[in-house]
Amino acid sequence: MKYTYYPGCTAGTTSVEFGLSTEAVCEALDIELLELDDWSCCGASSAHSLNHELSLSLPGRNVALAQEAGLDTVIPCPACYQTSLSADIALREDEAWRRKMESMLDFRYTGQGRPRHILDVLSYDLEIEAIQARVTKSLEGLKVASYYGCVLVRPPEKTGWDDAEHPITMDCLVGAIGAEPVDWSYKVDCCGASLTLSKSEVVVTLANKIVEGAIEAGADCIASACGICQINLDTRQAGVEKVPIFYFTELMALAFGLPGVEKWFGKHTVDPRPLLRERGLLT
Amino acid sequence: MTIAVGIDPTFVDVVRERSGERIHRCFYCQRCTVGCPTAHVMEYKPAQLLRLIQLGQKDRVLDSSAIWMCVACEACGTRCPNQIRLAPVMDVLRIMAVKEKHALEPSVYALHRSFLDSIRLWGRVHELSLIMEHKVRCLLAEPPLFFHGLISDLIMGADLILKGKIAFVPERIKRMGEVKRLYEEAAGAESEGDE
Repeated sequence: MKYTYYPGCTAGTTSVEFGLSTEAVCEALDIELLELDDWSCCGASSAHSLNHELSLSLPGRNVALAQEAGLDTVIPCPACYQTSLSADIALREDEAWRRKMESMLDFRYTGQGRPRHILDVLSYDLEIEAIQARVTKSLEGLKVASYYGCVLVRPPEKTGWDDAEHPITMDCLVGAIGAEPVDWSYKVDCCGASLTLSKSEVVVTLANKIVEGAIEAGADCIASACGICQINLDTRQAGVEKVPIFYFTELMALAFGLPGVEKWFGKHTVDPRPLLRERGLLT
Repeated sequence: MTIAVGIDPTFVDVVRERSGERIHRCFYCQRCTVGCPTAHVMEYKPAQLLRLIQLGQKDRVLDSSAIWMCVACEACGTRCPNQIRLAPVMDVLRIMAVKEKHALEPSVYALHRSFLDSIRLWGRVHELSLIMEHKVRCLLAEPPLFFHGLISDLIMGADLILKGKIAFVPERIKRMGEVKRLYEEAAGAESEGDE
């Protein structure tokens, strides 16, 4: 299988483990990722807050870069995914806007291929058996709270996969690699996202509510599908009991026995290695 | 005709037109407020904001810090029985507040500005210079803000640097001309919507 790939600005920096584990897991599953040449930032939550046109044109440039290959584009960051979806819908549905973008950036919108989140691709383009078959070290005994956050699943009329209030897509993947998905109430609650730099006290409140919810439900750790969620939950824990915050792709890489996993874990703020050693999942 | 200071009966229609959201439909069930993760730091809760818009209370809405606290998590829009999405409404309100020189929540506004400046400079976000610009902008807007959370930010920043998660040198994309063009066009489109 082949996709174009939009890593986004944080896949090489604050969520480098997400970028590396996404690439490693795809390679292990024979998924070829072709990185878009010269991609730029999608504008995230700042573009739509200050300038409507920029909120469509910045991610629109990346959608434009994907047109020639005509493949679905794999995106690890939910914010990038969300803005790319909006940009793709605008190009698809608004003819005047499409013409303007085509003339500004000299490309032709074909509408072949769509922005897709990595969780969506790994869950729905592969048979679950293909993932189970790749597991060399089942994560048996590890209780995982799957955390989806906000714009990965909302608004449902744009994202359109699974369920916006009670998604189970990630839970199924977590189950496929042998871990135990935990039922809990904070799956789709927001962590405060970009307020982490401007209103950190808000993020501290929200992140701790989510972490406490996972602990209360009996989880050993949380699986995240977002670089901002991961860093907010990982770095803002204030309670005595701390839980590791994994990217779900890191857990997959661990179960697949891929090299480099331990190095990624060393980059977390709440070190997950003691928990994994205790469960016999890491030597 | 002026009805009262800061009241504009056309406000609701303008916001509806620009956001595409049918604000008139709100019957104040408050599901948006109940599910909003940041309602506890808003002086007007999401449902109250909708009501104020309906009532033409333009100045109160555009001067509020609440419109800067929305993180566009889309919980309200997903749950609204009348299919009103507040995220695009908040975008319209913030853009109007900036253009019409209302009171802005300085730290949040400074962050968005710094973020867009980073893309304008490099084509991608460079966290280190973005955070530094944000701090300078906070200092200029409201000096005490500079010190707000400074220690914890420094500790967290140092930790991320030690773990190799913050790049010192920014990565610049090749075709910066394209990004520049998008910014110029967007600035033009914004001022067209001025009148």
